[in-house]
Amino acid sequence: MTAVSTRNGPEAKAADSYTVVKAKHPGRWLSAAAIIVVAALLLHSVFTNPNFGWDVVGLYLRDVSIGRGILVTLGLTAISMAIGIVLGVIFAVMRLSANPVVRTAAFAYVNFFRGTPVLVQLLFWFNLAALYPVITLGIPGLHLDANQLITPMTAAILGLGLNQGAYMSEIVRAGILSVDHGQTEAAEALGITRMQTMRRIVLPQAMRVIIPPTGNETIGMLKTTALVSVISVPELLYSAQIIYARSFETIPLLIVASLWYLLITSILTIGQYYLERRFARGNQRNLPPTPWQKLRRFIATHDALALKGGTR
Amino acid sequence: MTAPVLAEPMVNADSICKNYGSNEVLKGIDLKVYPGEVVCLIGPSGSGKSTFLRCINHLETVDGGRMWVNGKIVGYDLKGSKLYEQSHNDVCRSRTEVGMVFQQFNLFPHMTVLENLIEAPRLVRKEKKATAVARAKSLLEKVGLSDKADAYPRQLSGGQQQRVAIARALCMEPRLMLFDEPTSALDPELVGEVLKVMKDLANSGMTMVVVTHEMNFARDVADRVVFMADGYVVEQGPARDVITNPQNDRTKAFLASVLSETAAS
Ligand SMILES: Nc1ncnc2c1ncn2[C@@H]1O[C@H](COP(=O)(O)OP(=O)(O)O)[C@@H](O)[C@H]1O
Ligand SMILES: [Mg+2]
Repeated sequence: MTAVSTRNGPEAKAADSYTVVKAKHPGRWLSAAAIIVVAALLLHSVFTNPNFGWDVVGLYLRDVSIGRGILVTLGLTAISMAIGIVLGVIFAVMRLSANPVVRTAAFAYVNFFRGTPVLVQLLFWFNLAALYPVITLGIPGLHLDANQLITPMTAAILGLGLNQGAYMSEIVRAGILSVDHGQTEAAEALGITRMQTMRRIVLPQAMRVIIPPTGNETIGMLKTTALVSVISVPELLYSAQIIYARSFETIPLLIVASLWYLLITSILTIGQYYLERRFARGNQRNLPPTPWQKLRRFIATHDALALKGGTR
Repeated sequence: MTAPVLAEPMVNADSICKNYGSNEVLKGIDLKVYPGEVVCLIGPSGSGKSTFLRCINHLETVDGGRMWVNGKIVGYDLKGSKLYEQSHNDVCRSRTEVGMVFQQFNLFPHMTVLENLIEAPRLVRKEKKATAVARAKSLLEKVGLSDKADAYPRQLSGGQQQRVAIARALCMEPRLMLFDEPTSALDPELVGEVLKVMKDLANSGMTMVVVTHEMNFARDVADRVVFMADGYVVEQGPARDVITNPQNDRTKAFLASVLSETAAS
């Protein structure tokens, strides 16, 4: 009641004539200060401890064999993910099949590859020749020497790809199940076959659910490829190991490898953001602005010159 | 639009039975729908109307009885005295003769309106793009949405989406159209535009089976009204007779409840 009379009373001021006193947040200042101190100490030790060998790091960051290692890492990531995605879609569709034998087979695959360490799988593939010296695949006339066929690289691709397929099939399955059943029904009623429905109607819509975890998996795969150094595939880590085995500059070279992993995963994270945006099409009326668009908008509204000149 | 009784029926349901586990949903439905006829299916929720509709285009397999559509047994090939179950692809092919419109529209949200319309003709009938687009555009004009060809479903109102869904079904040039409560998910002010499209379609001679609670539509547009309850056809007859002068007590009770609901809203 009093509030109403004050607002309409003669002493009422214009809304913007009050002085606003902002709330103080002493806790925030304290915690920020503590973090800055710790970070400063850490950085100080990192840059003054000579054992880090920053000059050596700078030297090897652009080394040719490290560069070749990066290419192998990138190639291995791409091929393994491609295999993983293809297998993932196949096994996800199999797991949703009406045929119980097909369903069980897909489940067994997923269970086996998810249930054993990928490092062990890699060693198995690498040593396949000990298990099957000759590969015939049951086809008469086919006679392959396992020792020639299973190079470290093929073992790596098989190991990483098959393992990834198991994880991807769970992701794809969740994506397929996220699509409203009415979609399949509408397609069926139009006479579209099951395979066509999957390819044209269900999977494109499942992408929205599939893409974000697949981005994470790709970043994970990039780091997992370091495991194949144990079967001497010359990827990034193995290339660094070769160098420090000779020069004993272990720490600087591990830093070189880490910096490259970090750079590539950062780039992949940005790529993932734009990919997710693209697949949100048709599901959102307006897409949220990208960080880049936000920055430009911020500059446009805060740049005194731009406002004065009226150029937008 | 009186039924030409001598013609071969478009739909001939012969004591259709359907159960889900121990739940008997359809307990012997007999129904004939003749070419050009509009039949409205009414009845309380859970009486099996949707299930029966879905048996007509084989979205559900029947557990007893025979369903004939356009002179052919649904889901089977008759050779001599034996019925051979059809392959998935054959079932899909025969579905193209029957269009279906759902309560929830079920447009493909990742495609524009035009893409929604040409998808099935391109995939199923392997039509050239130009042919499919031309037919899609003329159908969009018929449902009054020529300017929405490039919109995504989310950008349309419910009424507009349902009109697109009708156009999408018509793109396959079906001989029979099934509607499952096409206006039940719509805001009241949007119901009229969809009913008008359906009325135009009826007037153009399309054979239609419509599950609906719109009694005015049933009375004015349908040739026949079929009242279903508990998996049986309880009463059927000329639309005006059944709605204004029902004979069966259950029909009377159902109509009274539906009409009082309409009056209240
Ligand atoms: N896929 C299904 N699985 C199990 N029961 C179902 C299924 N579809 C429908 N039913 C049951 O069948 C009965 C009739 O359903 P429905 O045909 O949808 O009725 P209506 O359309 O007349 O409301 C209901 O009891 C419902 O629970
Ligand atoms: Mg229903």
